[in-house]
Amino acid sequence: MSNGLLDIRNLRIALNGNKDQQVVKGLNLSIEPGQTMCLVGESGSGKSLSALATMGLLPPVLSPIAGSIKLKGEELLGASPARMRELRATSMSMIFQEPMTALNPVARVGQQIEEVLEFHTNLSQSARRKRVMEMMEGVHLPDVEKMYRSFPHQLSGGQRQRIMIAMALVMGPQLLIADEPTTALDVTTQAQILSLIRELREQQGTAVLFITHDMGVVSEIADDVTVLKLGEVMETQNVENLLRHPQTDYTRQLLQAVPSHVPRMARAEGSKEIVLSTDKLCKTYGGGGIFTRAREVKAAQDVSIKLMKGRTLGIVGESGSGKSTVARCIMRLIDPTSGSIMVGGSDIATLKQRELKPQRKKIQIVFQDPMRSLNPRIEVGQSIIEGPLNFGVPRAKAMARARELLELVGLPASAIDRFPHQFSGGQRQRIAIARALAMEPDVLVADEAVSALDVSVQAQVLELLAELQQRLGLGILFITHDLGVAAQICDEVIVMQYGRVVEYGPAAQVLGAPQEDYTKALISAAPGRDWDFANFRPFSEAPLAP
Amino acid sequence: MTDQSTPLAPRQRISPVSRVAEIVTSSPVVLIASIILLVVVLTALFAPWLVPHDPVRLTPSVRLKPPSETYWLGTDAYGRDLFSRILMGGRVSLVVGVAAAIFAVFFGLILGLFAGYIRWIDAVLMRMVDGLMAIPSILLAIAIVSLWGATIWTVLIAITIPEVPRVVRLVRSLVLSAREEPYVEAAIAAGSSTALIMRRHLVPNTIAPLIIQGTYICASAILTEAILSFLGAGINPSTPSWGNIMAEGRIYFQINPGIVLWPGLVVSVAILSINLLGDAVRDALDPRMAKRGIER
Repeated sequence: MSNGLLDIRNLRIALNGNKDQQVVKGLNLSIEPGQTMCLVGESGSGKSLSALATMGLLPPVLSPIAGSIKLKGEELLGASPARMRELRATSMSMIFQEPMTALNPVARVGQQIEEVLEFHTNLSQSARRKRVMEMMEGVHLPDVEKMYRSFPHQLSGGQRQRIMIAMALVMGPQLLIADEPTTALDVTTQAQILSLIRELREQQGTAVLFITHDMGVVSEIADDVTVLKLGEVMETQNVENLLRHPQTDYTRQLLQAVPSHVPRMARAEGSKEIVLSTDKLCKTYGGGGIFTRAREVKAAQDVSIKLMKGRTLGIVGESGSGKSTVARCIMRLIDPTSGSIMVGGSDIATLKQRELKPQRKKIQIVFQDPMRSLNPRIEVGQSIIEGPLNFGVPRAKAMARARELLELVGLPASAIDRFPHQFSGGQRQRIAIARALAMEPDVLVADEAVSALDVSVQAQVLELLAELQQRLGLGILFITHDLGVAAQICDEVIVMQYGRVVEYGPAAQVLGAPQEDYTKALISAAPGRDWDFANFRPFSEAPLAP
Repeated sequence: MTDQSTPLAPRQRISPVSRVAEIVTSSPVVLIASIILLVVVLTALFAPWLVPHDPVRLTPSVRLKPPSETYWLGTDAYGRDLFSRILMGGRVSLVVGVAAAIFAVFFGLILGLFAGYIRWIDAVLMRMVDGLMAIPSILLAIAIVSLWGATIWTVLIAITIPEVPRVVRLVRSLVLSAREEPYVEAAIAAGSSTALIMRRHLVPNTIAPLIIQGTYICASAILTEAILSFLGAGINPSTPSWGNIMAEGRIYFQINPGIVLWPGLVVSVAILSINLLGDAVRDALDPRMAKRGIER
């Protein structure tokens, strides 16, 4: 066990070298050549820091205070910067979450890969170029001659991540560290990148340290898994064992919070009252420049939806599918090009700002990013009562209502005079929900409202939304890229691609027995779709067919 | 399903006084700069009571004297005490500097807000701003002063106008990014008026960069005023300012170089201090700069 390629023993990382402020508390980890070790944990678990420590890339305020990291028996802690640089080039390399920021935007991607060879080998220019071409073919990039000369912005997210992988592997390192490499990618692209990493590992015998928060991804790629919580190792197990027989409560909770890809039982039909509907909603960007004909982009085309009182309608799709465009049109944050939007019996699609104001009350939105959806400079109570004050509610009454709402979303009423930075991401998302509810809307638009949250917090917020819906009879328009989340919360689902509705129907039908090829492709690309995480078994072993 | 498992973080508020103290003592250089600036401001403020001689009284018998016990920094070509003149000259320079900064920031903020938030105003206003920025600022100032004559007000306007476009551009860029923030969109969805959105959600985002920009404008206005006076386009020579003291001393540089050097030194030190303080404020208010400091 101690003769692995990478051996981390009792690694402790502390803030400012202070023993009481440890962020990684005694990590033990060992990876054999050709093995994939997944490091799993929620935000703040120290999984990325452990990887950065291995690469010698920790920010100066954080330092390892104890333990050892050995690569092929060589101690990395305390190695000279020059030696670390050498090792980073030749023996270990790392790929990151966001390939756009990891690449130099003003240099051609081929040259960026070649640069590594230029500094660390004595190959001739033609040999270097040949090696880069081979590598780019190895990561299955099309038309490598053209790719070589491309700039990062000319490539898709998946292609950029392939370039990053090619760059990481061009020196043939024995260890590849992948820090959430597929988190920023669409699910179909993610599936391709995961299979690429698997393939390269088998071909080259590279050991992979794979960092992720997504249990679905873990089930797809891991050999072994280490679960971290607040810097402490919860357990290390073979992936099959971990998913079937988690040893600690924390792992069990983590698995149980993963939304299942099997749609929940259909709810009984409720009210027939339509709270929101659109008819042939279109949004076109560009076109009609003065001197040049700008290219028209049809962000949404003929989108017709119907949302009943007390029901949840999901819009799923990959990035660029137009799902957020539809939400923003419905909120009138952008103006639709054509079509109608009926909210409570009146068409708001073409109303002027002044006529629109009374209608704003009926429809409210919760955004994705909890860090940015509250004004950091004002107390959360002020954020909550801003809407009601606009509609003439007296301040004292609005404040009293804000306290009630905070309690309704599961926060103490005393939170009212605190600033957003004093709350966690999940708490802020609750406050954002309270702010939306303060207007007593008929419709709540949730635009990727749980996508930025850790899976356990995500489960709590979803539960809250469901509970509020039952109590207040809200119609919820739920926009997400996560099919698992959609399967758990939606009554009906719309699948969008390139601005068009591909499939629209009851959740059980669309996600359970899809008719369209695109929906089928989406579902089959979702990582971990075969696992029933909450029941610790694959769906194929479930006692009754779902 | 109240979620009490995650307790709220403790209340914490930093008083403005301790914040200022923190910035001033952030490094020895900043501390020294602050002390120098404080001395300059206090001496200028109380100059009428501090001057050993009348700064404008002509005493032909003591023309161009070197520093002595009576005349600490010597006298100029008309026998006026140089030390008293520099002390009094600071009043004009500092008033011009501070007032130019306040006016430029005020007008720049208003124009920048509208340019950043309302599309059609943006197109028109920013082209005007581009036009204004194309003219060298000293040239523009000289033109304005020669058009309306040299009083403290025209000098002030002449110095302020070329500074406004820079502030407009800064505020506009801040507003352009702030208006895309989800909390601004949430306010739109809550039916807030444009005026309320500007006041509550946009203006606070511009405050920190404006304080910093203000310090630089202040420093550059003091310099511009000195340059204008030196070129003879500044305020009336009967009122001493750091610039016109130097301008008058220029011809006698070989006889008594102190007439040029002493005010020059005071201008340099004052501007250096303001810039250092501006840098310190920027580091303190801009989290990105602080981070860069850590990673260095």
